Amino acid sequence: MSRVWSHTWALTMSRMRLAMRNRAFLFFSLIMPLAFLFGYAELFRRFGPEAVPYLLAMVLALTVMGSFWGLSVQLVTFREQGILRRFRVTPVGASAMLGSSLISNYLLTLPTIAIEFYISRSVFHMAGLGNVLSVFILVTIGTVTFASLGLIVASVTNTMQETQIINQIIWFVFLFISGATIPFPMLPAMVQKVAVFLPATYLVSGLQRAMIDHTTLTSLGSYLASLVGCALIAFIVSAQLFRWEPESKAPRRAKLWAAAAVVPFLLLGAWETVNGDLRSHAMKNLQAIREPYSLERIEH
Amino acid sequence: MLIGATIEVNNLTKRYGDVEALRGVSFAVNEGEVFGLLGPNGAGKTSTVEILEGLRTPDSGSVSVCGLDPQTSGAEFKYAIGAALQATALPDKMRVHEALDLFGSFYPKRRGTQELLGRFGLEEKRNAFYSQLSGGQKQRLALAMALVNDPRVVFLDEPTAGLDPQVRREIYDIVEELKKEKKTILITTHYIEEAEKLCDRVAIVDHGKVIALGTPRELKQRSGAVTRITVRMAKPETNGALSSLEGVTECRVEADDYLLYSTRVPRTIVALVKHLEEKNNELVSLEISAPSLEDIFLELTGRRLRD
Repeated sequence: MSRVWSHTWALTMSRMRLAMRNRAFLFFSLIMPLAFLFGYAELFRRFGPEAVPYLLAMVLALTVMGSFWGLSVQLVTFREQGILRRFRVTPVGASAMLGSSLISNYLLTLPTIAIEFYISRSVFHMAGLGNVLSVFILVTIGTVTFASLGLIVASVTNTMQETQIINQIIWFVFLFISGATIPFPMLPAMVQKVAVFLPATYLVSGLQRAMIDHTTLTSLGSYLASLVGCALIAFIVSAQLFRWEPESKAPRRAKLWAAAAVVPFLLLGAWETVNGDLRSHAMKNLQAIREPYSLERIEH
Repeated sequence: MLIGATIEVNNLTKRYGDVEALRGVSFAVNEGEVFGLLGPNGAGKTSTVEILEGLRTPDSGSVSVCGLDPQTSGAEFKYAIGAALQATALPDKMRVHEALDLFGSFYPKRRGTQELLGRFGLEEKRNAFYSQLSGGQKQRLALAMALVNDPRVVFLDEPTAGLDPQVRREIYDIVEELKKEKKTILITTHYIEEAEKLCDRVAIVDHGKVIALGTPRELKQRSGAVTRITVRMAKPETNGALSSLEGVTECRVEADDYLLYSTRVPRTIVALVKHLEEKNNELVSLEISAPSLEDIFLELTGRRLRD
């Protein structure tokens, strides 16, 4: 066990170094979330500092969701370029390789989160910090969950191109129908019905509630449990499907296995549809910005 | 089969789709021996080595390395081996010393990064990115990485392929040194001189089979003491006429050269000169060479190695 841990840690440090030397990674994990923060702040400026927790929650969610791209793409590159097979002749196992993806991604996400908080406080004069423990745990679990979902995609796709395409599709769904860009209450009713089955929706909602209502961890129990369940299934399945060789293809049944990762959110979504309060929370949080606020304004 | 050999390979078969890559490969390598797998591309060398490294599973047959099964022995097996794969790739933005530090950290017993950098002439490149290295430097790094855990057995898959002669000689020196350290080394190559120079024993592999095995000297002696006479003449000759000369077992034409394989060299030469006089032809050059592994390969397969 300690051997696996020491391998994981060595790989984590090495991959963090590589990620920090990668301009695209820096752009997507640091520059882009900050650009969103400033963009939203501009959009919401007339609502004053009270709107900042709401928009910060959206930016935090975007940052956490960015883990979906994170280091899983690096892993596909490693496989395609034949880098992974060199590791395969060493004692390093699949779980150390995958674990290092999650940990390095998490450690690289934290500074961005801190910078986002710092700017919200110092530049946009945000008053409180929300429920810090809830935010921290949501960020931590969310980062691991979304990175694990990225690993699942990496494990069922055969080429970098395929990975990129599938990632894009899922990413756009996460981005636009989770409340991370367009507030949940403003989504068409049909879309809302679909959105309650997405992990991203709960991440956004959880962060907003923690930031605005200071919601405690206990009250976010079902969200957190589903995120953890999803992360666990995704990690185990991607370890099972892990491939070292550039030419080895994902078996057909792999896609079925991968689908298992969505089960926790199918359950939570079904529960939410019947007796959930996500929508009312979302409405209430949006009203925290006081003034009526319309979709047109976002577009203009 | 030798008892207690460091590497044992028994009747391996492996098929990729319709291609039978290995069709019953067997050999054994002793402790401290440098063993070469010599053969053309696609002969099955890399498949064999990769099965030994645990990267592939055979369809049938068995292998053992230091008494361990690569597929089931886990870390103990990984500690015992070092490998320079046919194409060792590292991330572009990884620095040379980082690669050695990282790979070294995976093993309980390891060689120091500094020592390896010095030994492989990479000191000046210690902070260079992998992408900034030349082909030769990359290969030296691959060899250094193969030795990072001070393994008992080292696999070198085509360690000099695509390198210029100067760099190739550097790699030879490194292998010679490893030999002095009594490492057991399995090396694959399609360069004859490499096999002749470095290897204690050589298995010639073709179409997934070992077609000859022995020390380079044994292989040459076994080739029926056929000596090659390379002749160049002022005017072209008909093939048939030359192959009927005394002592000639075979005649081949290669560009402007005629290769006569003879069991009785002096008589063949006398006959050749007579024949040329009769035909009013002249000898431009004549070269007698003892059989090389290349000839043996040619003799066994009817093809040149680098075809």
